[in-house]
Amino acid sequence: MMQNQTSPTPKGQLEHRYDGIAKVTGKAKYAAEFTEPFPKKDLVYAYIVQSTIPSGSLASIDQKEAERAFGVIAVLTPFNAPQLTSAKPHNLSILQDADVHYNGQPIAVVLATSLPFARHAARLLKIQYNSQPAKLNFMGRLAEARLPKQGGKEQPGTQRGDLASSMTKATVTVDETYITPIQNHNPMEPHATIAWWEGEKLNVYDATQYISGVKMSLSRILNLPLENVRVQCPYTGGGFGCKGTAWSHVVLAAMAAKIVQKPVKIVLERDQMFGPVGARPTTVNKIKIGADAGGRIVGIQHDAIMHTSVMDDFVERSAGPSRMLYNSEANSATEKMVDMNLGMGTYMRAPGEATGTAVLEIAMDELAHKLNMDPVQLRLVNYAETDPSRDRPFSSKHLRECYTQAADRFGWSKRNSQPRQNSEGHKLIGYGMATATYPANRSAATAVVRILPNGHAFVGCGTQDIGTGMYTIMAQTAAAALGLDPTLVEARLGDSTLPKAPVSGGSQSTASVLPAIDVAAKQAKLKLSQLAIQDSRSPLYNAKDTDLDTKDGRVFLRSNPSTGESFTALLTRNGSQSIEAEGSAQPAADKASMTTQSFGAVFAEVAVDKDTHMVQVRRVVGTYDIGTLMNNKTGLNQLMGGIVWGVGFALHEETVIDPVYGRTVNESFADYHVPVNADIGDIDVSVLNIPDTKFNPLGSRGIGEIGITGAAAAVANAIYNATGKRVRHYPITPDKIMQA
Amino acid sequence: MNPFAYQRVEAPDAALHAIAAQNAKFLGGGTNLVDLMKDGVETPSMLIDINHIGLNKVLANANGATIGALVRNSDLANDPNIITHYPLLSHALLSGASPQLRNMATTGGNLMQRTRCFYFMDTAFPACNKRVPGSGCAAINGFNRIHAILGQTDEGATSAHTCIATNPSDMNVALSALDATVEIQGPKGKRTLPFSEFHRLPGKTPELDTNLHSGELIVAVTLPPSKFAKNSWYLKVRDRQSYAFALVSVAAGLEMDGDTIKSAGLALGGVAHKPWRSLEAEHALTGKPATTETFQRAAELAVAGAKPHEHNAFKVELAKQSIVRALTQASKGVEA
Ligand SMILES: Cc1cc2nc3c(=O)[nH]c(=O)nc-3n(C[C@H](O)[C@H](O)[C@H](O)COP(=O)(O)OP(=O)(O)OC[C@H]3O[C@@H](n4cnc5c(N)ncnc54)[C@H](O)[C@@H]3O)c2cc1C
Ligand code: SF4
Repeated sequence: MMQNQTSPTPKGQLEHRYDGIAKVTGKAKYAAEFTEPFPKKDLVYAYIVQSTIPSGSLASIDQKEAERAFGVIAVLTPFNAPQLTSAKPHNLSILQDADVHYNGQPIAVVLATSLPFARHAARLLKIQYNSQPAKLNFMGRLAEARLPKQGGKEQPGTQRGDLASSMTKATVTVDETYITPIQNHNPMEPHATIAWWEGEKLNVYDATQYISGVKMSLSRILNLPLENVRVQCPYTGGGFGCKGTAWSHVVLAAMAAKIVQKPVKIVLERDQMFGPVGARPTTVNKIKIGADAGGRIVGIQHDAIMHTSVMDDFVERSAGPSRMLYNSEANSATEKMVDMNLGMGTYMRAPGEATGTAVLEIAMDELAHKLNMDPVQLRLVNYAETDPSRDRPFSSKHLRECYTQAADRFGWSKRNSQPRQNSEGHKLIGYGMATATYPANRSAATAVVRILPNGHAFVGCGTQDIGTGMYTIMAQTAAAALGLDPTLVEARLGDSTLPKAPVSGGSQSTASVLPAIDVAAKQAKLKLSQLAIQDSRSPLYNAKDTDLDTKDGRVFLRSNPSTGESFTALLTRNGSQSIEAEGSAQPAADKASMTTQSFGAVFAEVAVDKDTHMVQVRRVVGTYDIGTLMNNKTGLNQLMGGIVWGVGFALHEETVIDPVYGRTVNESFADYHVPVNADIGDIDVSVLNIPDTKFNPLGSRGIGEIGITGAAAAVANAIYNATGKRVRHYPITPDKIMQA
Repeated sequence: MNPFAYQRVEAPDAALHAIAAQNAKFLGGGTNLVDLMKDGVETPSMLIDINHIGLNKVLANANGATIGALVRNSDLANDPNIITHYPLLSHALLSGASPQLRNMATTGGNLMQRTRCFYFMDTAFPACNKRVPGSGCAAINGFNRIHAILGQTDEGATSAHTCIATNPSDMNVALSALDATVEIQGPKGKRTLPFSEFHRLPGKTPELDTNLHSGELIVAVTLPPSKFAKNSWYLKVRDRQSYAFALVSVAAGLEMDGDTIKSAGLALGGVAHKPWRSLEAEHALTGKPATTETFQRAAELAVAGAKPHEHNAFKVELAKQSIVRALTQASKGVEA
């Protein structure tokens, strides 16, 4: 059954977030807030010093004055930091050499008894550089673009059919260039690490989306046995991709803690979030789409060029959606890159799909306009029943219903297809739409479930809750499989001593972790049943375990539910021991035979001021096909959050790099704009809630990322409908609209 | 942040006495000064906390207003007499910053707030004449979308005179159009400056934002009798609906006599080193009918001589459109 914000909480779902009260009362502790188990007074504060040139090397660092400053314990630089024996990761800056690859690169760490002391001392360092010419011009160097390398191999792009000959059949063509800017993640909680050693054992609290990944990185880089590293992160204040890997500061905290033999805390300042911890690369997308008079697409060509750091390649696959979203006789898609003296690129909410739909879906709108065809109709004419990029079926695809339902909820039929026809006073009103899409990913995971003698249960998994609702759906899933009220389940995550789970990225945690919990809980239930049938004092003595079931904390005969007993009675009689089981789950064996993908349709209404060209997004309606929705509140919230980001993508977000110094100029929330409340109108999200059981037994696909996809283009297309002005360069600020 | 001493004073005289110390600064709401101290842009050796010296009253009626230097932006914006007699000022204040910031920000601090030029605010950029006199101006060859188009000094990126920064305040634009006066108390006694002489153009000394001398305290801002209570408008064009500095802003006040403009106040924000009041435009409006043609003529005059930079050419046209719009709204009345 379809679910939206006004639907009542379905049975078996927690109505409120598991961790909601802990969060609003401040009891939920984030990585930087821990003052245990080490003595609080031992805590040493570290401040990362960053380079102020974009390219070259450090000639010298005079640290005498800084070391003399009050409260300073040590200053680490490439000239005195311990040399690691392991292979050096070239995407990190961990004081192993004097090279400077970008402006803002970590080049030293000041350790002091307070953060202000450390910050002050950092200003007393006298740093000399040997500067080299830096690669800072992106748009002027597109001709130098090269293929990306991954695992040492070049990634050549994809071709299907004969593009040139197919294009000759086109009666209408769109051929334009679309640009997306650099963006930085900026979760509310900045990156933060506390590291301390117990002999040869390293402990860290780290704000991360991947405790096991941080553990593996630290073990590899610091040459430690895996079992000597423990990573904890009970709460993550947002991640969006930048917390998917261990960046330099995590390693630096561990190194520093070893040197000073005390716990060391590093919290990145907001301005340090721009550069050292990844960014979404800027992309320039040349898109050519040809269609016949009936709107059937004959060819799509999408050549994307993005920037990458001189340190290492990261590919933002913005041509991805152009490969598979619509049928086309021929298709050619490439991704190339230009080296820049900037920090690393990295995954950012829907990497590839966010940028890809933002650009392709404007091109589709332009095509619809040229064809004089309704944009929804154009998408239906080119609807891909099977995945055209891999020539295989989808596990489950209901995009058609998304278009219809969202169009209906939005009132699309009232749209005037001619731009600049609809106004209210000083405002021009416009409607726009776009398709949303994101793959359904899944990895192996393991979980542990315990049934406790007091009738409660415990579920544990080394996954993360990055604000998404993982605690909530873990408790629910264990409860459903055990036959318990979900409020009686304690959930634990964010500790690498728990069974292993994948990164909370790629929208895969729900589909990976919940099936493992389901297996573990069913195993625990089986053990409980077996205990009952072997217990001569149990009313279920000598029954067959396959005849038993559980509900509301009781185990009973399915054929005669009144014969049975409570978990508590059974366990108390049997020495008050808990029952524990582990369970694992992995992707379906036949996963290569199908494409698992989520879809959606997004519609937006904007009002654009005729004189100031300021845009107000009045309404957004999104309907998504994401399999089973596991929890209404947390799930719809995420989709809504994605849409809000889509609005920011369309109108606000942009990291600006100074062309001379290569440094981010707007590295604060005053200058790096994200939407504020006043920018967001009504948002209506709904999901079809059609289970995809070919993908996983619970039928759920991830929902973390799809919300941002399509939303930016829906807004851009609405702006065109309102004003008749086509802006192909995000973000769409008032000056661009005025000048278009 | 550099180490600094802190002293709390209880009266204006005590504040003046304390400020005589080397490199001391007054602390108002701290919303600008403390941020700049954290980033090493401002490095006072002493802060003199003036939050308890009084000067926190608003006296306003149709015949004028006296606004104490320590009146919070929120209190000023919500003062019933200000709303009635000087709605332009209230409107401008409420379009600035956020409620939390306005609750802290003081009238004196707002007058003195520094530019939001990126290169001024980040000490990692080596060139900024305002921060380090003689170091040049990184904005010239940098990202200058938010910078000035009027009255700036551009003698090239390496000149010690160059500065193309803007004054970021919304309140100041309204005070400029309202023809306010700043009351100052210094070691040598009291003096006043007309608003148009309070802030400076960069000239050859871009390090100076205002004509307030060191050791002087702003005690109040006064307003002449209210002329624009019925017909005024503050228009702020920005990159998002709230909580962003102006790309361009317009404070427009009209004194109407039927359909004829009896007198006008017009100032622009976001375009110059000081609130850009255009007397030429005000003259061009005076005695004319309140028509689009009149407003367009005023708009042309207000931005006459504009010299944009690489990224801010849009401001010239945007300012003109905004002026016409603000004057149109003003002519329709405050409730429009
Ligand atoms: C994120 C952000 C967004 C903002 N957005 C806007 C906006 O949209 N529009 C806008 O107009 N403003 C905006 N502001 C700026 C805000 O209005 C100013 O920070 C505020 O007005 C400064 O007042 P204050 O009392 O806090 O000054 P302080 O920070 O205390 O002081 C600023 C300066 O004034 C001096 N000073 C203070 N009082 C006196 C006095 N009586 N006599 C002499 N000198 C004095 C201080 O010594 C200091 O040099 C924003 C600020 C921030 C941080
Ligand atoms: S414009 Fe002025 S404040 Fe900005 S860098 Fe140039 S001199 Fe400094």
